[in-house]
Amino acid sequence: MDVKVLLMAVLAIVGVPAMLVAYTMFSEFLVSKVRGEKKQGKIRPWLWILPALFLLFVFLIYPVVNTFILSFKNANSTSFVGLKNYLFIFTDKTMLTALRNNLLWLVFVTLVTVTLGLLIAVLTDRIRYESVAKAFIFLPMAISAVAAGVIWKFMYEFRPRGTPQIGTVNAILTTVNPSFEPKAWLFNPPINNFALMVVYIWIWTGFCMVILSAALKGIPDSLLEAARIDGANEWTIFWRIIIPTMSSTIVVVATTMVINVLKVFDIVYVMTNGTLGTEVIANRMYKEMFNFHNFGRASAIAVILLLAIIPVMLVNIRKFGQRRVK
Amino acid sequence: MMPQSIVVSNRKGKLIRLLGRAPLNVIVLLICAVWLLPSVGLLVSSFRPASAILSSGWWKAFKTPLNFTLENYRKVLTTANMGRSFINSLLISIPATVMPILIAAFAAYAFSWMTFPGRDILFLTVVGLLVVPIQMTLIPVLQLFNSIHLTGTFAGIWIAHTAYGLPFAIYLLRNFIGELPAEMFESAHLDGASHYTVFFRLVLPTSVPALSSLAIFQFMWVWNDLLVALIYLGGNPRVAPMPLTISNLVNSYGGGWEYLTSAAFISMFLPIVIFFSLQKYFVRGILAGSVKG
Repeated sequence: MDVKVLLMAVLAIVGVPAMLVAYTMFSEFLVSKVRGEKKQGKIRPWLWILPALFLLFVFLIYPVVNTFILSFKNANSTSFVGLKNYLFIFTDKTMLTALRNNLLWLVFVTLVTVTLGLLIAVLTDRIRYESVAKAFIFLPMAISAVAAGVIWKFMYEFRPRGTPQIGTVNAILTTVNPSFEPKAWLFNPPINNFALMVVYIWIWTGFCMVILSAALKGIPDSLLEAARIDGANEWTIFWRIIIPTMSSTIVVVATTMVINVLKVFDIVYVMTNGTLGTEVIANRMYKEMFNFHNFGRASAIAVILLLAIIPVMLVNIRKFGQRRVK
Repeated sequence: MMPQSIVVSNRKGKLIRLLGRAPLNVIVLLICAVWLLPSVGLLVSSFRPASAILSSGWWKAFKTPLNFTLENYRKVLTTANMGRSFINSLLISIPATVMPILIAAFAAYAFSWMTFPGRDILFLTVVGLLVVPIQMTLIPVLQLFNSIHLTGTFAGIWIAHTAYGLPFAIYLLRNFIGELPAEMFESAHLDGASHYTVFFRLVLPTSVPALSSLAIFQFMWVWNDLLVALIYLGGNPRVAPMPLTISNLVNSYGGGWEYLTSAAFISMFLPIVIFFSLQKYFVRGILAGSVKG
């Protein structure tokens, strides 16, 4: 076993790049066999982008088209069933819960991450240990959602009243308020949905903060100084200058978060697996695919996800374009 | 008179500023504490014996007599498949980081400095693919993998991660390589350098900042990924990376905190080291790609 693993590692770390370099050498060799500079110039670009185009076609373009088609077929893709799978999505009870939860996630998580991110960016801008403070907030971005799920399951751990609480959340609340009844945060609807969202917020606030903080640093000092000389207080400066100047960045961050949140999967899968009213679209799709082997329904759910993302992405790209022009 | 009053008002100003700053500092420190607490709790618990974890909160661990142990790590590495998973994670992540970057760099160079019909439309299509949620591709790709026996293999997941990482990688590198000065290429070509030489001797070395950002991004993404591994590795524990193994541990050892905390920390260790040593590049990648879907 060890030899095999070692061999695999060598192949992976040395072999794969070597193969890719060999591919370019070989393609240059092929091009050099073609007569005429002009003809060479016509062939070469295609050889250079061929590996990328091939992979994009096989793993993204063809599957997207195929998933669209599968979404109109039955569970094992043997016959067309029209819109039946889509009808299922909008009538089935668990599916409706998933749609409702995704909407809840979308509004709540986006609002909180962007607001908190902006707040922290503005606050840390005024302190000396800014980079250290920001690093701490940003750190969860480096952690996998699975590890974050473990971390927070432990935070939410529940012990009955009277026994020592080992979950930090219940421990803090019972210490602050001795009459507080410890809660099983992940098992009580509808709080369990918010308990999951908190984990996502913990991970992603740092992301919003980093982008918003960079935009904040981009506001010229002269602008802020001029306002201060004119007698504006910090509050007015925040609402009248900082927010309007940063508005397009805020929109980009918010839309990026909306897209991320729509696809939320790992946290829910690890922490509750969608039980007790915490189902979300992506987890539902996984279940239709692997637990129920219904490829028609799973595909339809994926299509819904794509259709929800496209308009948001269009806003994002437009705003991003504007920002770059500035 | 004058200088004295200035000193007084300066002092007063300083004091007011300091007082004014106290709430600010308190708020910032409080937020930092809230953000750190969960990870610290995990780290401390991972060194406590199971009985201690279950009988008292992790914040009580520092009461004497201290009761810390490495036993959790030993157990989880040897009996819970975490040792193997750590190696698997490395075996998956390194090629799945190198491959997309090289392939994307070839493509980005062609998109930036070669002319061919349909170039801009092709590039826009690639950027458009950033929108596609991975879920849209899972079923057809899984069927394809099943038919050519790539399910449950390292090669399969390398290729899948490579393809999924390409749109972002091409987008980011095209932006960087496209901004390199044209004179650099002109003089190189005048000296008789081929595209091959220009790419490996000129473009790759000058693109190191962009390549590093991208490498960190892609590595973290693959290292922390659950979904792609879950679907294409098909529950084969011999090839499972850490997130997959940990999620299985969560299912089988619901309350086995001594396993879960140490396993989670093993998986966090490398990304955290990378994060603290290369934070600059990580942030740069996020800023360059904030349009990513």
